[in-house]
Amino acid sequence: MLILESGWLADQLKILWQILLYLLPVMPVTIELTLLSFGLAILVGVFVGIARISHHPIIEKSSKAYVDILRGVPLLVQIFFIYFGLGKVLHLSSFVAGVFAIGIGYSAYLAETVRAGIQSIPKGQYEAALSLGMSRAQMMRHIILPQSLRLVVPPMANDFIACLKDTSLVSVIGMRELTRAGREFYSQFFVDFQTWLVVGLLYLVMTLGLSRLVVWVEKKFKVHGLGERGG
Amino acid sequence: MIIEISNLVKRFGRHTVLDGVSLSIEAGEVVVIFGPSGSGKSTFLRCINGLERADGGKIVVDGIELNHNKEHVRQVRAECGLVFQQFNLFPHLSVLENICLPQRVARKRNPEESEAIAKRLLERVGLLEKKDAFPAQLSGGQQQRVAIARALGMNPKIMLFDEPTSALDPEMIGEVLDVMKKLAKEGMTMVVVSHEIGFAREVAQRMIFLDEGKVVEEGRPEEILNHPKSKRAAEFLGKVL
Ligand SMILES: Nc1ncnc2c1ncn2[C@@H]1O[C@H](COP(=O)(O)OP(=O)(O)OP(=O)(O)O)[C@@H](O)[C@H]1O
Ligand SMILES: [Mg+2]
Repeated sequence: MLILESGWLADQLKILWQILLYLLPVMPVTIELTLLSFGLAILVGVFVGIARISHHPIIEKSSKAYVDILRGVPLLVQIFFIYFGLGKVLHLSSFVAGVFAIGIGYSAYLAETVRAGIQSIPKGQYEAALSLGMSRAQMMRHIILPQSLRLVVPPMANDFIACLKDTSLVSVIGMRELTRAGREFYSQFFVDFQTWLVVGLLYLVMTLGLSRLVVWVEKKFKVHGLGERGG
Repeated sequence: MIIEISNLVKRFGRHTVLDGVSLSIEAGEVVVIFGPSGSGKSTFLRCINGLERADGGKIVVDGIELNHNKEHVRQVRAECGLVFQQFNLFPHLSVLENICLPQRVARKRNPEESEAIAKRLLERVGLLEKKDAFPAQLSGGQQQRVAIARALGMNPKIMLFDEPTSALDPEMIGEVLDVMKKLAKEGMTMVVVSHEIGFAREVAQRMIFLDEGKVVEEGRPEEILNHPKSKRAAEFLGKVL
């Protein structure tokens, strides 16, 4: 009985091990996809987030439209649109199209996070900066954004983790990342339960790792005085 | 005249907050403005350095007229230091950086020069040993003294104070007023919104009683404080004194 069970268990472990060996080399692709698309999302998101609070009506309205449209369309549809629509014209690889689609899609969420962070800085900070003769651009760069940064790290971290998970969506345009590789393995060996268990665990390892990283970043970017201020 | 204001009007929506205020201030003069809450004192100061845009009248500061020209607004702000009731120090910067950064950014001074100036100013307000602290680690009185040093770092010709001691615990009011008195005696032009009568008596050349957006009474502190001409001023002083 025990021998029989350990035989079954040994088989299972062997299968899991093989799946792991098959998938591990693909993990860097998922990480790369995440870092590049989230980097793009931050760049565009900060820019759009600042545009959202512009006094210029055209800038304000168009940035709001950008955010509304991107948040109102499923990311999967955006990926299809960019890969099959733009991608065919511009000859984008599935990797480039994937990074582009996820980066742009997430930039809309980040823009809202950045806007909220900026708007939670008290009015007195703006007035102090202006009364000292700073221009609006100098005020944003030296006074408002550095304080907002600390406030937006925790919500951005959530977006980052969500972004990592959403890279699995680009498997549908043939990008060989973790989820796609899992499907390959499954269709060769037909071990569905085991395959998706390992795929899931690998995602979990990455997201938990990221959470730890976020705690470190939060400490690193700690801004003095925030949280101690009354209002 | 370093400040010339004629017929200043400011409205918020349909509410006329400043209703034709005229005032001329000489270089080196100390003017104390007082009046009931909502009479427009803060709005008046904020108009002088362009934080609020006037709806009518004319403001000329050190020969520069405040109008829609952004460059003029910037020049006027550089001439006028503003000290707020709530200090408004930059919480993410050390005390020293609070004073250095605006000099580097808005005055284009190099780091060494701005730091030397900042240290001298901190010495003047008696807080040099706090240069590496952060605002949240200071008492209210200390924060306000840093705020004064920060404003002085821009070498303003005029200092505007908006109730600089009314957010402070009583035992800290003196240290801030002392710094202000020293400044007044060194010849700084100062416009101070305050209900600190002792301070006004000691250093102000003139007091202005503002009520419902109008200058109701104006005169030497001993005249206004001892023999107010208007009933409104007399009533108000009765409550404050
Ligand atoms: N940004 C604003 N928008 C609308 N109304 C405003 C604004 N700022 C000030 N007010 C109004 O203008 C009036 C004058 O305000 P102000 O702050 O100048 O008064 P104050 O004399 O400084 O009063 P306090 O002694 O309470 O500081 C008040 O009725 C106030 O509600
Ligand atoms: Mg006020």
